[in-house]
Amino acid sequence: MKSDGELQAELMPPEGEQHAASPSTTGVARRARPSAAWLRLRGLLSNLASVPITLFGLAVVTFFIGRVVPIDPVLAIVGDRAPQDVVDRARLELGLDQPLYIQFWRYLGQIVHGDLGRSVMTSNPVTQDIARFLPATFELATVAIIIAVLIGVPLGVWAATRQGKFVDQAVRLFCLAGHSLPVFVLGLLSLLLFYATLGIAPGPGRQSIYFDGMVDVHTGILTIDTIIAGDWPAFWDALAHLAQPAGVLAFFSLAYIARMTRAFMLAELKSEYVTTARAKGLSSTRIVWRHAFGNIMVPLITVLAMTYAGLLEGAVLTETIFSWPGLGQYLTVSLLNADMNAVLGATLVVGLIYVALNLLADLLYRLMDPRVK
Amino acid sequence: MTQPLVEIQNLRVEFPSSSGGYNQAVRGVSMSLGREKLGIVGESGSGKSVTGRALMRLLPEAARVKADKLVFDGVNVLSASERTMRGLRGGRIGLILQDPKYSLNPVMTIGAQIAEAWRAHNKGGKKEALEAALNLLEQVRIRDPRRVLDSYPHEVSGGMGQRVMIAMMLAPNPDMLIADEPTSALDASVQAEILRLIDDLVSARGMGLMLISHDLPLVARFCDRVAVMYAGQVMETLPAQDLHHAEHAYTRGLLDCMPHLSEKRARLPVLNRDPKWLEPRS
Repeated sequence: MKSDGELQAELMPPEGEQHAASPSTTGVARRARPSAAWLRLRGLLSNLASVPITLFGLAVVTFFIGRVVPIDPVLAIVGDRAPQDVVDRARLELGLDQPLYIQFWRYLGQIVHGDLGRSVMTSNPVTQDIARFLPATFELATVAIIIAVLIGVPLGVWAATRQGKFVDQAVRLFCLAGHSLPVFVLGLLSLLLFYATLGIAPGPGRQSIYFDGMVDVHTGILTIDTIIAGDWPAFWDALAHLAQPAGVLAFFSLAYIARMTRAFMLAELKSEYVTTARAKGLSSTRIVWRHAFGNIMVPLITVLAMTYAGLLEGAVLTETIFSWPGLGQYLTVSLLNADMNAVLGATLVVGLIYVALNLLADLLYRLMDPRVK
Repeated sequence: MTQPLVEIQNLRVEFPSSSGGYNQAVRGVSMSLGREKLGIVGESGSGKSVTGRALMRLLPEAARVKADKLVFDGVNVLSASERTMRGLRGGRIGLILQDPKYSLNPVMTIGAQIAEAWRAHNKGGKKEALEAALNLLEQVRIRDPRRVLDSYPHEVSGGMGQRVMIAMMLAPNPDMLIADEPTSALDASVQAEILRLIDDLVSARGMGLMLISHDLPLVARFCDRVAVMYAGQVMETLPAQDLHHAEHAYTRGLLDCMPHLSEKRARLPVLNRDPKWLEPRS
């Protein structure tokens, strides 16, 4: 990777030579352009190369933690009253008699082939279980992050432009509430208010019981499946069920997003180019949104991607309170039942989501920030 | 010349201090400027930049600005509406900042930044604005202006960045330019080029120039008149060619601090600050 200086030297003839530069010098400068694009691409490729390494590390950590915890997978399968020969046979079948590194090697071979083992609890392949639970989490997290971004980002920008004023203090209080009120308190209060007292929101779950199983599963994302089926009452029902958990999750995330946006904006609004923009006689809207906001996109994208990843991991508490059959709930129940294959598989998928979103954020700011090479 | 472009009388600027009181940055500055080149020199913290920015009302909101008179071409800057001020900023007064590395927006192309300045004060579409930007880049003597138009600030050198800054501030065709240490961040060889460029453009367009600098010889060579500031006050104002005959003890002190090629001095004298300089004068 070339340093900034080298690259700039390659792109630009030095100032002094500018007037004396022969046509051939500018020719060199022209040719250097695709090389900058190539550098960008190479940076991205090297990022891609780090993905398998990261995933391997994740597999190592989850596998060995899974083996170190004082849970006997054999006991979990056969129960504690099974005769000794059954226990021994199960141990042999699971390959637990082998040394750890061989077990790990086998496990690695399995996951490379997309086999995460069978869940003891559901007796389905773990991949199948995850495919069933992940869409629910995906739906919830996506709606929550959209709400959080649409409210949190403008709120943060607004607070930054009125630093120390009433609006700023109000936003701060709001964010403090969002960040420090436990999700289970908020979720229960929300259920109490909108469902139990006012009766304007549906209860827990993804849909009302009379719509259950009425719509063919295509994506597993209920709002989309109902649209595909053209079943509008079912769609509105699914959306209504989504509103409360998504709202609670969004409140929690938007507090963080707004705080970060405010901090990024404050730093940018103090910079010299903002003074330049003001000296040009631009409107404050343009200064804030075009100039300052344009410069916080890069760190903001990373924050948003990581917040989204956090939500996709499965918001255990929210999913429990609203009986949302998502990944968080699956993971928790598996953990409580010592279902190690399910736990390891789900953890690996969560890791994969993190890595993928990280990569996506990286790709996005490579596209957005002209300074990244 | 009938009426000066800028009239400043008894300008005082204060900033809130951490102890709850106010720090005086500018204490009673008076000056006027026509379509001429006025240099403002002084140490850092002497209030040079604050004076320039007060004229454009660009100081942070927390700053307290008071003056008997702060007028630009008949517009009272102290009481003008924000709308009027926006027309003034850029449209009638341009501001060139010190370091193009920081004063240009890093994520916007140079063309977009110049075009934006043009569009803020001219009626016209994107295409016209880009034409104007291209034309301006030619005026600030940039070779290959088409390429620079699509470049980002980090892709050009400091000298070229400062040319871009000048082009941007000249875009709406203002009457006056405030150049706040326009060459301090540049190499010595580029400094002269940039100053010559500013000089040529200001003279050709008949603009007023306020050149803020701490470089006495540079200001003396370049300006018509020089105001010497110290601790928020103007010590004296004198024609630039008389600067080396200056009589005020502070100006003398500053001039004495400079090494000369012709004479050998073991040690440069240190400025002795006289509290009497800051006493109110009649």
